[in-house]
Amino acid sequence: MSKDETLGEALRRQGITRRGFLKFCAATASMMALPPSMVPAIAAALEKAMRPSVIWLSFQECTGCTESLTRSHSPTVEGLIFDTISLDYHHTLQAASGSAAEAAREAAMEENYGKYILVVDGSIPTANPGYSTIAGISNKSMLLDTAKGAAAIVAVGTCAAYGGIPKAKPNPTGAVAVSDLIKDKPIINVSGCPPIPVVITGVLAHFLTFGTIPELDALGRPKAYYGQSIHDRCYRRPFYDKGLFANTFDDEGAKKGWCLYKLGCKGPTTYNACATTKWNEGTSFPIEAGHPCLGCSEPDFWDGGGFYKALSMPTEDITRAAVYAVGAGAAAGVALGAMNRAKKARAVKTHEKVTINDLEKGADDD
Amino acid sequence: MHMPDVTPAMELKVETADALTCNVQPLLHEIRHALARLLDEGGHTVIDLRSLPLAPGEEQQLLDELGNGEVYARLHALGPTEIIESRYPGVWIVVHYNSSDEVIGKFIEVCDIPNLLRSQQADIQQGLEQLQAQLPAAIN
Repeated sequence: MSKDETLGEALRRQGITRRGFLKFCAATASMMALPPSMVPAIAAALEKAMRPSVIWLSFQECTGCTESLTRSHSPTVEGLIFDTISLDYHHTLQAASGSAAEAAREAAMEENYGKYILVVDGSIPTANPGYSTIAGISNKSMLLDTAKGAAAIVAVGTCAAYGGIPKAKPNPTGAVAVSDLIKDKPIINVSGCPPIPVVITGVLAHFLTFGTIPELDALGRPKAYYGQSIHDRCYRRPFYDKGLFANTFDDEGAKKGWCLYKLGCKGPTTYNACATTKWNEGTSFPIEAGHPCLGCSEPDFWDGGGFYKALSMPTEDITRAAVYAVGAGAAAGVALGAMNRAKKARAVKTHEKVTINDLEKGADDD
Repeated sequence: MHMPDVTPAMELKVETADALTCNVQPLLHEIRHALARLLDEGGHTVIDLRSLPLAPGEEQQLLDELGNGEVYARLHALGPTEIIESRYPGVWIVVHYNSSDEVIGKFIEVCDIPNLLRSQQADIQQGLEQLQAQLPAAIN
């Protein structure tokens, strides 16, 4: 596909009819969380949109974000959007390697200076540049160098957006987010571990369609996808309102699909589109599969306390509290631990149900 | 190789939650208002079913309420699309699939005829050119 070709021309060259294009626009509007009434405007804009150059840098990451985008079955709308961009550098996907790959990045930067979109996945180590390098270049200097000519930066995944798992305590590599290092460019945080593929491509489609970055929330995320909490959009919300909760993973509440709040669901404090966009080609999302939301699109989600501790419970200080109690000569923490161990032993003996709460408190005191 | 007897996943009964989002009735009312608007002003309404929180089973409940009418069309444009007129004339269910038959969009359209069913100007123009190219020059 020529760089001077518009998106409409490119799709027609691929044999996609006007009907197919309208279908593509309807699905794109749905993907961008825009009202269907905007389809004609989207069609008109996409018809004339030029193919943007995209440079994708992968730093301290697991490649899950790229997997999320590329493993969707083709041809999907995400796939088509992905095919439409000029992906000039992505060291996991490109055939070239070493200095040839770096030459491609430098050529793309020079040719499209001030206009290319920089996509970053992974956090950036600052403790020692040697922790993560590409072709001998440290992640930090590659980011600073490539960001200079970018029109906008998309920080894909929680690692790039907020530091993610590499930044989890004790953060051995001194990992930081893109926004910690770059202060003079628009940054769109597309958080999630991994982010929903259509959210990644929705941001690119928004840029293609409107030539601007989407409206962002206080954490730099597009409001169209992160504007509401998982809890507010969850189909299990009516159970929360009625006070109907699952207390274990196999009790009556779990079987009836009641609210997972008491099992540690982070839906009330997590902002993402999982509850409506869903995963695996729109099949379901974690809560629909019976598991609480882990809150993966929020900053410091890995250090936010136990995944199975309810939000209203103390999250990270249970062990410390017990230590302080013992240190102060108080027997309360010890007694609590003994009580929980006794309950666990009795439960094993009588095959009684043990709650997550019992297990976690017991484990902390063991 | 002998395969162990296992229950196929498709036969497992999935329990539907007994208290749902209750979004089906409001949606039906929204469709009723859209139909009235279509009659009065000719307004075209599209509802994106993927933008609404629905519990497992509720979408089917909505589709059952709407039922099937006289028209069923299947298009092949960038993967299949099914366009079904519900038993309420003017209310259409439009489901887009990709080439692996996975749903990529699901809409309720309230209109005389969904735009996608019409022949598109650009396609008509292209068709005309192809037909002209195929016919002997004398007839052109």
